[in-house]
Amino acid sequence: MVDLKRRHFFGAAASASALALGGCRDISQTAWWPEVLASAEGLTKGAERLVSGSWALAPEFSKADIAPEFRANGTLNPNTPDYNAMVANGFRDWRLQVGGLVAHPLKLSLAQLRAMPSRTQITRHDCVEGWSCIGEWTGTQLRLVLAQANPLPAARFVMFYCDDPMGGSDLSGSVPFYYESLDLVEAFHPQTLLAYQLNGQDLPVPHGAPVRVRAERQLGYKQPKYVHRIELVKSFDHINGGKGGYWEDQGYTWWGGI
Amino acid sequence: MTELPSVGATTARRWNAARESIEQYRLKRRERSKRRKLIYRHKLPVRAMHWINAVVLAVMLMSGLQIFNAHPALYWGNSSEFDHPILSLTGTQDSQGRLKGITQIGDWRFNSTGLLGASNVNGEPAVRGFPAWATLPGPQWLAMGRLWHFFFAWLLVANGVAFAIYAFAGNHFRRDLLPTRDDLGHLGQEIVDHARLRFPKGEAATHYNALQKLAYFTVIFILGPLVVLTGLTMSPTIDSAFPPLLWLFGGRQSARTIHFICAFSFLAFFIVHIVMVVLSGTWNNIRSMITGRYAIGPAENSHG
Repeated sequence: MVDLKRRHFFGAAASASALALGGCRDISQTAWWPEVLASAEGLTKGAERLVSGSWALAPEFSKADIAPEFRANGTLNPNTPDYNAMVANGFRDWRLQVGGLVAHPLKLSLAQLRAMPSRTQITRHDCVEGWSCIGEWTGTQLRLVLAQANPLPAARFVMFYCDDPMGGSDLSGSVPFYYESLDLVEAFHPQTLLAYQLNGQDLPVPHGAPVRVRAERQLGYKQPKYVHRIELVKSFDHINGGKGGYWEDQGYTWWGGI
Repeated sequence: MTELPSVGATTARRWNAARESIEQYRLKRRERSKRRKLIYRHKLPVRAMHWINAVVLAVMLMSGLQIFNAHPALYWGNSSEFDHPILSLTGTQDSQGRLKGITQIGDWRFNSTGLLGASNVNGEPAVRGFPAWATLPGPQWLAMGRLWHFFFAWLLVANGVAFAIYAFAGNHFRRDLLPTRDDLGHLGQEIVDHARLRFPKGEAATHYNALQKLAYFTVIFILGPLVVLTGLTMSPTIDSAFPPLLWLFGGRQSARTIHFICAFSFLAFFIVHIVMVVLSGTWNNIRSMITGRYAIGPAENSHG
């Protein structure tokens, strides 16, 4: 008798949880529920900014901590004709364009970028998937490049456009390449670099040659590889999916601090 | 006119029968309540926070497994030594082309096909750490898992802080949860009693015993903060704001491993909790966590 009732109880509990699970899956596919969930992003960003502000520095490590092999993720080689041609001539014709809401648009060659003061930092790269790698990055602080371009008062975000077609599959809209964005707090952070070296070597192709972004307080997807154009904008609503980046358009949060 | 009395007689007979059975029911209840006493055991805030926590923890565990599945391996230290995971769940094809799930803990490897490493998703074999029935949402969907996790994380923290304020400002913590010296003295005897499935009755059932206090104290005030802090240590922004967290937990990957262990400690607690609820009187326990009223009494089998 008791056993029978227990069986009923567990049967009922099992069906209830199966229903709840089915419900959770369906509810994830509605338009409104993910928006409710995403409403926590503002709270998370606000709380993290409150404690880290513009001043907090990502931990830096020693040479001994450098990973023997730094994992490359995402696109390992854009492999487009244009990109392959640039690789073939050592990125001599490569120019970093800086435009949008700036007083002085720039076109910087790799040599010009390297001639600017550099910063070297041994930091931990955190992938949204959960793994971490430590590497030594050398590059130009983004703030120096932005200072040369002199952003206009209306500028709020720094957009990065990349030579990375992401296999060409999921891209549509005005920017058929990987793109990302940082706000000015993160862009002017002293550890935010346009990095051209990893572990003392020129940035290898799998890691985003010739230049990738390092934004050390953010996850990996916020640090685009193969950057070739920077644009300062007031808002990114009009760019592709309007969420501020390739992965953001696929449902990842714009705030990549956690 | 002639038919009415017969209808009236039937009605009266039914009425009397009904009255009689109600009377009998009342007698029975009175009899039972003489033997058994309902006490008010859980106050409303505790009951409300208990159920909020139950839902929130279920979502946290399942969305956490979804996130874990994006890279189903654990490491120690600051970075991931990909060749030396503490734990990894992988899927490989065997010689016949069938998917095989391999679980590796340290140097120990075993086949876990169907559960860990490789399992069916909508009837199709797939490489995935934990199976679809254990993750939220079911299919591989990291972005959505993160949305669930970081929304409900705020609820977990809000509920936890509310409980801590309630417990410390009122008397709940000292009166009900903090094990006393006296409790700890009984501990050995209580372990023996629990192992024999002999649970406190009568007066002793009106408050938590030493094992309950220890379990609730550990889960709420040690495991709770630990799971939140190790979760925060995985955030690169939080690490910039509070670098000592990395020192405390031995690095980001260690924090991730501890976070995982915490999650499964919550699951272990949940399983023991449910077993104890069932063994010590399912309906009585569930009622007490819904209405607050818990029946104590001699030898009333309250299995329901």
